[in-house]
Amino acid sequence: MDLQTFFEMGGYAGYVWTSYGLTALILLWNWWAARRFEAEAQLAARRRNELALERTA
Amino acid sequence: MSWTWFHKLASPPHAYRILGSLAPWFGWASLALILLATWWGLVKAPADYQQGDGFRILYVHAPSAWMSMFTYVVMAVAAGVGLIWRIKLAHAAAAACAPIGASFTFLALATGSIWGKPMWGTWWVWDARLTSELLLLFLYLGYMALRASFDDPQRADRASAVLALVGVINVPIIHYSVNWWSTLHQPASVTKFDKPSIDLAMLIPLFLMIAGFQLYFGWAVSRRLRGEILRRERNANWLKEAA
Amino acid sequence: MTAVRTPTLAAAKLVFQRDMTLAWRRWDEVAQPLIFYVVVTTMFPLATTPDLSALRVIGGGVVWVAALLASLLALEALFRADVEDGTTEQWVLSGQPLGYLLLAKVAAHWVLTGLPLVIMSPIVGTGLGLPTSVWGVLMSSLLLGTGTLSILGGIGAALTVGVRRGSVLLSLLVLPLAMPLLIFGSRAVSMQMDGDSPAGPLQLLAAIFFMALSLGPIAMSAAIRISVEN
Repeated sequence: MDLQTFFEMGGYAGYVWTSYGLTALILLWNWWAARRFEAEAQLAARRRNELALERTA
Repeated sequence: MSWTWFHKLASPPHAYRILGSLAPWFGWASLALILLATWWGLVKAPADYQQGDGFRILYVHAPSAWMSMFTYVVMAVAAGVGLIWRIKLAHAAAAACAPIGASFTFLALATGSIWGKPMWGTWWVWDARLTSELLLLFLYLGYMALRASFDDPQRADRASAVLALVGVINVPIIHYSVNWWSTLHQPASVTKFDKPSIDLAMLIPLFLMIAGFQLYFGWAVSRRLRGEILRRERNANWLKEAA
Repeated sequence: MTAVRTPTLAAAKLVFQRDMTLAWRRWDEVAQPLIFYVVVTTMFPLATTPDLSALRVIGGGVVWVAALLASLLALEALFRADVEDGTTEQWVLSGQPLGYLLLAKVAAHWVLTGLPLVIMSPIVGTGLGLPTSVWGVLMSSLLLGTGTLSILGGIGAALTVGVRRGSVLLSLLVLPLAMPLLIFGSRAVSMQMDGDSPAGPLQLLAAIFFMALSLGPIAMSAAIRISVEN
């Protein structure tokens, strides 16, 4: 099977590729948002620790 | 029977560590499964005799619809556990579920609508499944709006937990009523979605994709839950070593 | 020492009477949802068509949507004054089952807003082309529907009691939960118009109402405790 017919998706190319693209987008967004959420919390915790150390020093 | 393992698991530092080591496994496994399922669904699975290649949208639509409901139930169970046994970790898990579930609900709606265009001829049809998904999206948005409107995280946890429980009792009623409503308004015209049997070769990529999405959910919840734990435990001593 | 406690039913009755008295003193506020209801239903003929036979098709639905919105509007402030002046705190400490006291409050609210809407609905429905033969179904479905909505809204009001700008949030929380009521209620009306028996959806409405009646107090008291205890 050649690449051309694969990308054409039997005439449904627009619908199929938009759906899969959107899915990729949502999965990537979730990936990015979850990582950022965790990283921000870690950063805030680290900052608080440093502040606490400074205060005791 | 000893409950120490349970208390140990529900203790924030322990959960934080376990989730941190579990997450990469979930992440890589889900990536592998989703890629495999995508290839299988787009290339290897045969085209449908009625819908041609258009039916391949099923492989992203159905799993996201499944995840949208699965996540709501997980969220409500976590909220109930948090409310009844006052376990902070359970509340944190419910909070972590909401944005993920809402995004899957949105995806199910969007792909359903895109699929509807070639099948029904319009971008939107008030079909039972799409309407149920839309109402589910409203439930998620209400839950997140309520959570966001409190400054005190403990009050946000408990208030949104009550809402999640009321919501999960309502979900079957909503589902039933929407089905009932839709059958009354669509006189038995067989839509192309109604398939009595589906070929096994078409089912395999569907199950692979669902499994991949589940693992992906596991990864995202682990990451978010770690963030939620850190935010709730800001003054705890164990954070000094963990952070 | 054994504490002497007022019987729950008597306590609930006191709460109910108190709210009725308070409402009587500011009856203009009580009338507002009713006016809103009439105004909203007037908008539909103006926005679509004055043709009664065309309006009849959507009439039941319009009456239902307007009734839901009108009774929800007034719910936002249901518990606010009592939480702010410490009355609810006294209730929590009173040893009475909190859920039933709150239910009495919701019942008073329903008598003041839901019931007038139900009584008004045949007149509003006539303006939308609904025949007199559906009056009974319209009123009985609204009777059950507004009752359930008051309880659902009571849960929402209890959850949003300490929240700024709670009214939009309350609608966002409660309206999705009220969709089944809308579906069964408006469908019962149109079934009656088409000559089918509306018993099915009415029974479902009744079932949902009794479910809300039994579970609602639990959820309301849990929600109010969250607002009061902190």
